[in-house]
Amino acid sequence: MANVTPYRRHALSSQPSSLYEPYRSTVRRAPSKPLVFLPHTISEVTGPVYGHSDLSESDSDLTRQHSGEPLGERIIVSGRVLDDNGHPLPHTLIEIWQANAAGRYLHVKDNHPAPLDPNFTGAGRALTDANGFYKFVTVKPGAYPWKNHPNAWRPAHIHFSLLGPAFATRLITQMYFPGDPLFAFDPIFQSVPDEKARERLIARFDLETTQPEWALGYQFNIVLRGREATPFET
Amino acid sequence: MDLIPSPSQTVGPFFHLGLTAMFDGILATPDAKGEHIRLICRVFDGDGVPVPDAMIELWQADAEGKYHHPDDPHKTIDPAFRGFGRVASSEDGSCVFETIRPGRVPSLLAPNLKGTLQAPHLNISVFARGVLKRLATRIYFSGDPANAEDPVLALVPADRRDTLMAQPNGEHPGSWKFDVHLCGEHETVFFDV
Repeated sequence: MANVTPYRRHALSSQPSSLYEPYRSTVRRAPSKPLVFLPHTISEVTGPVYGHSDLSESDSDLTRQHSGEPLGERIIVSGRVLDDNGHPLPHTLIEIWQANAAGRYLHVKDNHPAPLDPNFTGAGRALTDANGFYKFVTVKPGAYPWKNHPNAWRPAHIHFSLLGPAFATRLITQMYFPGDPLFAFDPIFQSVPDEKARERLIARFDLETTQPEWALGYQFNIVLRGREATPFET
Repeated sequence: MDLIPSPSQTVGPFFHLGLTAMFDGILATPDAKGEHIRLICRVFDGDGVPVPDAMIELWQADAEGKYHHPDDPHKTIDPAFRGFGRVASSEDGSCVFETIRPGRVPSLLAPNLKGTLQAPHLNISVFARGVLKRLATRIYFSGDPANAEDPVLALVPADRRDTLMAQPNGEHPGSWKFDVHLCGEHETVFFDV
C-alpha cells in the first residue's frame, strides 16, 4: 500500500499574516477567526501535475512574443525551484506576470498614465528541468503607483505562481530587485515578519548569467514546502 | 537541510494577465463519468460586498474518489476528467465551474483512522488583491449523508460547518452554489493546510 507523507508546516514568521493593516486591502479581506488545523490527507498531498508539457520557447522569453522588441532593460531571470529539504523540484510549472519597463500592466484596470508597449505583454510560463532549473528572458519592470497610502509606489517586481507537487505546496509570490529604495515603504514586501524570509523574495544580481552585450542576469531561487520525514502507513 | 521557504505575496489586481490563459473552469468534460454539476462560487469581503478581483482554484477527485496524481495509489483515472480548475471572479464576485460530484476518498489522517472515508468534497484556494496568502478551504455538499462521518468536518466547530456546504441552486437541477465570506459575520472556515 502507498503512503501519505504530510508536508512540513512553515514557521509562521516566514509568511505574512492575512491581516497586515498597513496594507489597507487586507482589513476587509482577511479572516478574523483562527484557521482550523488540517492534518494532511490524500486531498492535500495531491495536486495538478499534468498537462504542462505544451509550452513553446516564446512562453519563457517575454521579449519575443511580438513582431518587435519591447523597450527597457533586457534581463535574464533564472534559478531553481527547491523544496525546504533542499531537493530540486523537476517539471514544475512556473507562471509569471509583470508590468512593462514604464511600470504599466497590460490590464484594463491599470490606470497608471505610463505608456503601454505594443511589443510587450508581460506574461510568461516555464517548466523546471529535471534538476529544478528554470529561465525567463524579459525586461526589468518599472515601479508603479498605487492608492494604498499617499504617494505609494510598488517596488519593481515580477509575480511568480507555482503549483508545486501538491495542493499543500501552492504558492503565489513576488520577486524583487536588489537594493530597491522602495522596500522600506512597501507594506506588501514588509508584511513578511522575518527579515531572512523577506530576503528570499529579492533576486541576486549575477554576473555569471549576465550575457555580454546582451542582458543582465538575476538569480532567483524559490523554496516550496517539503515533506515531513515520516510517512503515515495506509 | 532546512531552507527558508519562499514567503507568499498577494496575487494583486492584475493576475488575469498571467494566470487565466492556461486554465479554466472545466474540471470534467461532458464524457466524464459521474454526476455532472455546475458549481457557482461567489466571493464576498467583510462588508458583504462581492469581490470582483478574486481568483478561485479547485482540486478534486473523480467520481470514484481517485485523484489525478502519482501519489494516489489508485492509478486508473477517467481520461475525460482533469480535476483542476481556475477562474477569475466576475464583477459580481462569481466563478463558474463545470465538473462532476467527486467520489469519496480515503482519510489517511492518522493511523487510527485507517479505512475510514471522507465525504465528497472539493479543495478550494482563494486568492485576491488584499489576500497576502492563499486561503484554503473545502466545499462539501449539503445533505450528503457521508458528511456526518467526515473526519475533517469533525474538526470544525459544529456551528460553523454550514460555511463549508455547497447548497442546491434553487430550481436548477445539478447546479450548486458556494459562498466564500473572507471575513465578517458569515466568515467561511479556512484551514491551516
